[in-house]
Amino acid sequence: MDVIIDNLPAYVDGFLRTLFLSVVSGIFALIFGTLLAAARVSPIAALRGFSMTYVEIVRNTPLTIAFFFAAVVLPRLGVTFQQFEVAAIIALSAYTSAFIAEAVRSGVNSVPVGQAEAARSIGMKFSQVLTLIILPQALRTVIPPMINILIALVKNSSVAGAFYVLELFGYGRQLANANGDAVLWVLVGVAFFYLLITVPLGYLANLVERKVAIAR
Amino acid sequence: MTSVLYDVPGPKARRVSLIGSVIGVVAIAGLLWWAITILAQQGIFEPERWAVFQIPEVWVLIGNGIIATLTAAAVAAVIAFPLGLVLCLMRISDVAWIRIPTRIVLEFLRGMPVVLMMFFVLLVFATGSFTAVVAGLVLYNSAIFAEIIRAGIQSLPKGQREAGLAIGLTSFASRRSIELPQAIRRMLPSLVAQLVVLLKDTSLGYIVSYEELLRKVQIMADFLGPDYLFPVFFVAAAIYIAINFSVSRLAIWIEKRGSKKAAGGVVHVPVAGIPVK
Repeated sequence: MDVIIDNLPAYVDGFLRTLFLSVVSGIFALIFGTLLAAARVSPIAALRGFSMTYVEIVRNTPLTIAFFFAAVVLPRLGVTFQQFEVAAIIALSAYTSAFIAEAVRSGVNSVPVGQAEAARSIGMKFSQVLTLIILPQALRTVIPPMINILIALVKNSSVAGAFYVLELFGYGRQLANANGDAVLWVLVGVAFFYLLITVPLGYLANLVERKVAIAR
Repeated sequence: MTSVLYDVPGPKARRVSLIGSVIGVVAIAGLLWWAITILAQQGIFEPERWAVFQIPEVWVLIGNGIIATLTAAAVAAVIAFPLGLVLCLMRISDVAWIRIPTRIVLEFLRGMPVVLMMFFVLLVFATGSFTAVVAGLVLYNSAIFAEIIRAGIQSLPKGQREAGLAIGLTSFASRRSIELPQAIRRMLPSLVAQLVVLLKDTSLGYIVSYEELLRKVQIMADFLGPDYLFPVFFVAAAIYIAINFSVSRLAIWIEKRGSKKAAGGVVHVPVAGIPVK
């Protein structure tokens, strides 16, 4: 127990870094994922094909492979990063955006056909139908699964700790090495800080889901 | 759905779409070309780099890596599923002192990174890396399986359980012979999709030094020299993706096929990698 209190500054720093990694990657993933979903339903075949291929490949790639590629293979090919955080953010947002895209797409599919038909029949263009009618409704229904993806993102960011990025899990490894006699408490501390993010987010997802369910 | 968003394209719209497609293809091809030129500058396409694959030992190592990956995934799945079933029954038990602690445990397991659990088992229980990988996967995935099965049971019409109790079955007998068979069948696509997640997560074994496919790549690169890192990595990643892709297809196939057989149809596969609520 003492080991947690003694190293509290390291834990808090790691916690903030994990939060930073997750928030930045989350924002990029949300933007890129929504664009991918829009491409998936667009009238242009090449965009549809690209979005589909990207999502299929990324969804079936283990995150560790993505990190290994960014942190070990790319430097060998001459692409070096000043900070490994950049590689981690690229890997995490590229990975998460595929899941966001799938969630948004299933949200688009959940909007009743009549909505799009009505919008079409009053003369809206594709871009108007999508931005004014479909996406606002779709995004509403996908908020709970989206939060779950973001929870997964927070947990996935721990993989970065194994690839030279110092965040919560990275600090945990260091502290575990330094305090061989108190490994149990070191890792319990790490777990506590992860749960500090993931459990409230999980409750938020449940809450929003219940709200949306009533509204529909 | 897609077709409602815009009109059936006329000649003009088709032309615009064609032009858009051509531009899109050119842009993507350009990006690929750019990537390939960079790779070529590094000498990636020189035949001797790929000659490593003529060495039988390389394939032996890759094969061992695949076997290690699949073994860990299979052992973990075989243990996690029954455990998930038990956890699910405890989670929806009528007895509060079973239900509430189970709920807290599940909440705890679902909120933690899998790699942290592997690391925990590795260091605290001082086990081998295989045990650590399997234990981490089992802990996490049994919680997810429990939640999936619970969602399946809750999606059944209320009358199923009421009818079971009304003909004099005990609560457990009703769960076992009436609700679970239907729930598992309905959730089969989600359960298989979760298997993909489990398979993907075996690659976390790399971090706890379990000698799975990715670790073998690292070992080979250390042994053969950094020049061969890319070819070996490329092949290993392709193998990983191919395996996961086949299991994902299986989930989609079961979903299509199962909708005829399961009562009330199967529940749509959630996106792989997202924990179910």
